[in-house]
Amino acid sequence: MQEIVTSPHATGVGIEVRGVRRVFDSGVIALDGLSLNIHPGEFIAILGPSGCGKSTLLRLIAGLDKPQSGSITIADDPDTPATKAREHLAYVFQDAHLLPWRSVLDNVALPLELLGIQRGQRLAPSRQAIERVGLSDAVDRYPNQLSGGMRMRVSLARAMVTQPRLLLLDEPFAALDEITRQRLDEQLRELWLAARMTVVFVTHSTAEAVFLADRAVVLSKRPGQIIADHTIELPPNRAGPIRATPEFARQTRVLYEALDRGQT
Amino acid sequence: MLWRYVPPIAVFVAVLIAWQAYAVITGAPAYLLPKPLAVLRSLVADRDNLLSSLGWTALAALGGFAASALIGVSIAVLLSTSTILRRAFYPYTVFFQTVPIIAIAPMLVILMGFGILPVVVCAFIVSVFPVIANTLTGLLSTDPALVDLFRLYGARPVAAMWKLRLPSALPNIFTGLRISAGLAVIGTVVAEFFVGEIVRGEGLGVRIVSATKQGEPDLAFAAVLLASLLGLTMFGAVNLISHFALRRWHASEQ
Repeated sequence: MQEIVTSPHATGVGIEVRGVRRVFDSGVIALDGLSLNIHPGEFIAILGPSGCGKSTLLRLIAGLDKPQSGSITIADDPDTPATKAREHLAYVFQDAHLLPWRSVLDNVALPLELLGIQRGQRLAPSRQAIERVGLSDAVDRYPNQLSGGMRMRVSLARAMVTQPRLLLLDEPFAALDEITRQRLDEQLRELWLAARMTVVFVTHSTAEAVFLADRAVVLSKRPGQIIADHTIELPPNRAGPIRATPEFARQTRVLYEALDRGQT
Repeated sequence: MLWRYVPPIAVFVAVLIAWQAYAVITGAPAYLLPKPLAVLRSLVADRDNLLSSLGWTALAALGGFAASALIGVSIAVLLSTSTILRRAFYPYTVFFQTVPIIAIAPMLVILMGFGILPVVVCAFIVSVFPVIANTLTGLLSTDPALVDLFRLYGARPVAAMWKLRLPSALPNIFTGLRISAGLAVIGTVVAEFFVGEIVRGEGLGVRIVSATKQGEPDLAFAAVLLASLLGLTMFGAVNLISHFALRRWHASEQ
């Protein structure tokens, strides 16, 4: 397990989703025969209306849930995705979900601790992950002393501390105000440019999808079907003002139109 | 800071004055309504015996309370791990709450002899259920996203219990312990009623019975007062521990 910490340039893994079907106990069909190929190191946004099964897809990829039929293969990984891939995988939830009785440092170190890494070897990577999200001044603070945006950054640092090869995010910034959210989007994009892990980002915001991702997949309402698979044509380095360019608007428009098609 | 203690103390003093005045004015007999000053007088006069009794009662109550805390939390941890276990056993833990302790106490004494043991067991029976119920509620309301997170990093169930479920249940555990602290004293005194004077150490319950029989209501009330103060002290101690354990992170202690 040590190599997670010591190998600095782990690259992203590929994901192959094949004919996945998931029906809940309530009888609701969340996904019915969805197939999707995600390339190694890609930043992909999954966009769709509420309840279209996009969060379900993310949970299936993470191995937190099992499909009734179909398969999900995490490529470039010799073992089954359900067990071994976990060490390469990180998940960010809709809210920060920190342990309130732990300091920022101990929250960020949690994944390393659970993976069985010795106390002495947890400190350096944890501090580094906190530094990357700009929270070095807050290492000893407790979650209830932080703002919503700071808590989310701690959550992001916790996800990055294992240097994951696959980062799954489920509408992570949806509860934040617009300005905070845009800053976090920029920070996430920078993290990805530096580490080049595969990122699957679930959102209901077209602007967020365009700003963050290199590829956006639009799902229809339940059961989720892919109605658009669009490559975002923007330069890799994106600063905040890019949101006001005509090119950005053009990309957003494509996704809006796809969302509209999915409603009917 | 000290100002916060003024209102409750003011109420206490006012009630005592009103009580004393009422007893003096109506001339009610002492066995119906002992005067606070008379109770105080017999408390001072008989302090050696009363303090020794308080010691025995405190020992038994603390023993019962400690057993409730330890066994109660353990039972809740066990029940939280499986729905089947919970379905099978949780209904029966309610028996601790509903059993008429006054009826059970003499049986315990006959069963276990006239020592401190039946008294401790009685205190335990009366005080364990709130610990089980509150701890279980806390353990079962762990944030599901955090449960997923632990699963994602392959945490073993034991690690999830120690590092996630138990700490998040801590506020509930303290709620249970707060209720349990007072109940343990009540259970102790009730059991002592039936242990009688055969034991070497005579608890406050024994004093209450014997003083009443001998027509010394002031002394009986002094013993009642000490038992109440004991319960109050144990409650306060749990509050203090809860404050230090939770103040950093839980809204209830900030």
